[in-house]
Amino acid sequence: MPIWEFLQKYSSVLMHGTWVTCLQFVLAVLVAVSVALVMGIGKLSANPLIRGTCVVYIELFRGTSLLVQLYWIFFVLPLFGITLPNFTAGFISVGLNYGAYGAELVRGAIQAVPRGQWEAATALSMSPFARMRRIVLPQAIAIMLPPWGNLLIELLKGTALVSLISVTDLMFQAKQINASTYLSAQAFGTALIIYYLFARVLITPSMRWAEHAVARRLGRS
Amino acid sequence: MNFDWSWTLTWEIMPRLLWATANTLLAAGAGYAIALVGGLIFALAQRAAFGPIRWAVREFVEFIRSTPLVLQIFFVFYVAPQFGIQLSPWTSGLLAIGLHYSAYLSEVYRGGLEAVPRGQWEACRAINMSARDTYFRIIIPQALVPAVPGMGNYLVGILKDTPMLSVIGVMELMHAANSIGSEHYRYLEPFTLVGLIFFLISLPTAGLVKLLERRLRLGLGL
Repeated sequence: MPIWEFLQKYSSVLMHGTWVTCLQFVLAVLVAVSVALVMGIGKLSANPLIRGTCVVYIELFRGTSLLVQLYWIFFVLPLFGITLPNFTAGFISVGLNYGAYGAELVRGAIQAVPRGQWEAATALSMSPFARMRRIVLPQAIAIMLPPWGNLLIELLKGTALVSLISVTDLMFQAKQINASTYLSAQAFGTALIIYYLFARVLITPSMRWAEHAVARRLGRS
Repeated sequence: MNFDWSWTLTWEIMPRLLWATANTLLAAGAGYAIALVGGLIFALAQRAAFGPIRWAVREFVEFIRSTPLVLQIFFVFYVAPQFGIQLSPWTSGLLAIGLHYSAYLSEVYRGGLEAVPRGQWEACRAINMSARDTYFRIIIPQALVPAVPGMGNYLVGILKDTPMLSVIGVMELMHAANSIGSEHYRYLEPFTLVGLIFFLISLPTAGLVKLLERRLRLGLGL
């Protein structure tokens, strides 16, 4: 079947899959960013208990693979009384996993904020919370945005795994089309191109834009 | 809540899981070997004199790096037969994962190659070395040293990505855990053990990589 006919016939299914992938991506990013901020800042805490918890979390999620975590959350957590529908289990696992990687970016960026900024905030008798929120984090964000761009592309790729617990994302639809028509090259090829465009046309330029916006707010552009 | 860890099951499935661990390590090792060579080819091709080759390889690497590995595994496994090439799950899996990491490693090599001082190239030119000798005897050995930390990170990365090979039926850890789970109707033990095994392999590997990096830096007087 020529690619043109293929697209006419299956574009609606593929578009639906792309939409689900979008949702998974956005929700997983929200989870990942929150986890990364909490764990990244927690790892710098003076309290050994908080610091220890964050280190264990980060090492645990970075040391085992995403697919293992996904299956564990979907198949094993119900035994502990927490049953998540596959859609939720999907974006939560992806978010928790990449959040652990993001936490290291947050920690690194916070540590890269010049010492003098901390001291100046303390000298103005800012509370630790206000210092973090108003002085340190805004500067740390500018430092960590470029590596976050790469991480978000990794995260997008990670969302393809949720198809393995039957979330009907783009990967899942491509597999379905392949199984019912054997048009493997067209089905998987189109999906590959959509993922590529997603990363190159949406994620990379918006991260560029965000970098500029943050630099402007800090008066550095 | 019916959390009851069964030690009998644990001991019963342990040999199978350890056997599968060997397969996982084999897949990671073989995939990494492909990536080490493939990455070098991609990195060198991006320095070709002919512009269109540089551009095409650059785009190809970007494409591989920004699309999901599972999808690539499926693509290789299902599309190759359409062109009359029958590939076993192992072959297509290793090919896909090797290619994926070739793209990543080529970026690491590229950084290393660019870090080699200009004078080294000029010196080679001055003593009339052939392009081949210049690369293999002077440039590449120096480019590899700064590339080691990045290469080590991707060794851990490839290990953690091998579970994806289970989707086309490669008998590695995740595949074994899945089939154990469906045979015994219990997922707690196999999946938890698989997580534990991955953790126990990847943590020391990451530690070793860090140690090697420090040794190298000390050795080079950095």
